[in-house]
Amino acid sequence: MRSSYSLTHLKELEAESIYVIREVVAQFENPVLLFSGGKDSIVCFYLARKAFYPGKVPFSLMHIDTGHNFPETIAFRDDLAKKYDVKMLVGSVQESINQGKAIEEKGYNASRNKMQTVTLLDSIEAHRFDCAMGGARRDEEKARAKERFFSHRDDFGQWDPKNQRPELWNLFNGRKHMGEHFRVFPISNWTEMDIWQYILHEEIELPSLYFSHKRNVFERDGTLLYASDLIQRKETEIPSERIIRFRTIGDVTCTGAIESSASTLEEIIEEVASTRVTERGGRADDKRSEAAMEDRKKEGYF
Amino acid sequence: MPGNKQFKLTTMNTNDTKGYLEMDLLRFTTAGSVDDGKSTLIGRLLYDSKSIFEDQMEAIERASERHGDENINLALLTDGLRAEREQGITIDVAYRYFATPKRKFIIADTPGHIQYTRNMVTGASTANLAVILVDARKGILEQTCRHSFIASLLQIPHVVYCINKMDLVDYQEERYNEIRKELEAFASKLEVKDVRFLPVSALHGDNVVDRSENMPWYNGPSLLYTLENIHISGDQNQIDCRFPIQYVIRPHSDEFHDFRGYAGRIAGGVFKAGDDVTVLPSGYTSKIKSIETLGGQLEEAFSPMSVTLTLEDEIDASRGDMIVRNNNQPEVGQEIDLMLCWMGEQPLQPSGKYAIKHTMKDVRCIIKEIKYKVDINTLHRNEEDKQINSNDIARISIRTTSPLLFDRYSRNRNTGSLIMIDEATNFTVGAGMII
Repeated sequence: MRSSYSLTHLKELEAESIYVIREVVAQFENPVLLFSGGKDSIVCFYLARKAFYPGKVPFSLMHIDTGHNFPETIAFRDDLAKKYDVKMLVGSVQESINQGKAIEEKGYNASRNKMQTVTLLDSIEAHRFDCAMGGARRDEEKARAKERFFSHRDDFGQWDPKNQRPELWNLFNGRKHMGEHFRVFPISNWTEMDIWQYILHEEIELPSLYFSHKRNVFERDGTLLYASDLIQRKETEIPSERIIRFRTIGDVTCTGAIESSASTLEEIIEEVASTRVTERGGRADDKRSEAAMEDRKKEGYF
Repeated sequence: MPGNKQFKLTTMNTNDTKGYLEMDLLRFTTAGSVDDGKSTLIGRLLYDSKSIFEDQMEAIERASERHGDENINLALLTDGLRAEREQGITIDVAYRYFATPKRKFIIADTPGHIQYTRNMVTGASTANLAVILVDARKGILEQTCRHSFIASLLQIPHVVYCINKMDLVDYQEERYNEIRKELEAFASKLEVKDVRFLPVSALHGDNVVDRSENMPWYNGPSLLYTLENIHISGDQNQIDCRFPIQYVIRPHSDEFHDFRGYAGRIAGGVFKAGDDVTVLPSGYTSKIKSIETLGGQLEEAFSPMSVTLTLEDEIDASRGDMIVRNNNQPEVGQEIDLMLCWMGEQPLQPSGKYAIKHTMKDVRCIIKEIKYKVDINTLHRNEEDKQINSNDIARISIRTTSPLLFDRYSRNRNTGSLIMIDEATNFTVGAGMII
């Protein structure tokens, strides 16, 4: 169906993302790529390598570490930084708590997810970053469907969805006043399936958490959670060993696992194609209310 | 869809890996008001292509109940912000994604209210195709003219008019033909290359995914079939070679010590290793030595690929310069005529100064003349009224502080478009199409 001078959709998305990443480096003085250890930020970093080859990626990576990460995520992060010789900055939520800037939630559903915003904004300010790139996608959540590639943040780091700059053609307006910064989302137009197919096609390395493995888990509100010391369990919540994998990677406390025997990328893709629940459907942080994501984004969340 | 047996599931094999890698991408925009059944149409496309998931469906069901809607309100799928749900309006361009085994689609869903012309222009700026809904009972309305004019102004190559709610006019062929004739007469005044017409009922699914049994007189394809099969590879300009330099890569590493690569996204044409090229504005000539990517060198590259070019000669070129073929060069100039869609809260200032972004170049400009304002409902040119407010469309002349390397917008959407920025607020206040 395609003529010789037309691109496949994955190649077109790749070209668009590389263009956006290069535009960030051209328009901002001190950008950073937010790195979570999840597949989306791994793909962003891969695209950044493509954008500047044979040069090095001309910015640092930054991980906002809640202290509640899976050990596998941290190990993957450190290996990646070493392998590609990039600077990996770590913003610590624990430190924000110690300084009294963030207050730990209590109870069974306690999560440090929301507190990341404090640490993120502090870290952006401390390092004087004028642009933070992230791996958010518009298909993830409805508040994200209206996000720009170049998203302007005021000097409090806040997002004003009703006052966004129109984004026309491929002309990105990154002009800002002192103290303001931008969030840029190079893979805005990718879907979950695009990411998986691209990872398969480009043979991109991923943390083991995405693949099927044995793990002690327990069920809460229809979600399987890792039976870790970081989550307070009720008496009725009895862990058992099951064969699971994670569709997204976030904190131990709020990332739901799915029972799965998918141990290769091909099997994961088959599973993603047949599944009838969105990947964020397993995220307790989004279920808090209809506008949970919108509220967190306005405050300056990823 | 639970509780609504009219929505049936069709099986799509998007997990077929080989097929997935072969799919191309169609970006389309939808225009129409809530009453036109636009949300229902999008909801149906998303649902029938399995792009709505169970948890999203449940969330919509819960929300519909809370809003007191009798039926499941598919508009809640696209209206993501709290204010929109509360007021039942769409504020901004929302992007939606779905795929069939043939193609991947990005929908720029834009609201139809007049105060949101800016959003329609934004959605249209990256679209290959526009779906414009027309209510079969009402025929051509002001907003139909508006949507059509914007599609034409933004040079969307394909426009598909969906004459919707055919169920409410008893699926009459006469009514469809009547509206179609009116639309054809109107569309002939516009500059759209490919115009198509479809009788549909989004609510009942007639001619949306499958051909309708209720309209045996209609022999054409369904909307989804049209979207899947419309020929789009000719939409890119593959004749005029344009490579705006976005960034210069100089690794200074041991392995690539003297490497000097020009990174950018091809804005038109096909570049091959060995091609004779000119770098503008300096006018130096050279040859393309190689086309570099992380995956290896390429023999040729074309629009809209992002690549890195190296040249045989050491030439001082930087961001904002353009690599072109010797015998096919863009226009170079400072006096430029534009069609402008104004988006600023304050009116356009006659003799005002604004910042401009065009390809990879940042310049400033002064407004020389406001020639006329277009009434987008009647296409009437008003040469008396020079007050250009937000959502107005006007023809203007500007002078830039340094020359732009440009093509007419009708020839190349990448090198013929620019945005204007208010230097005090940094807000994007204008979208310009070079005439």
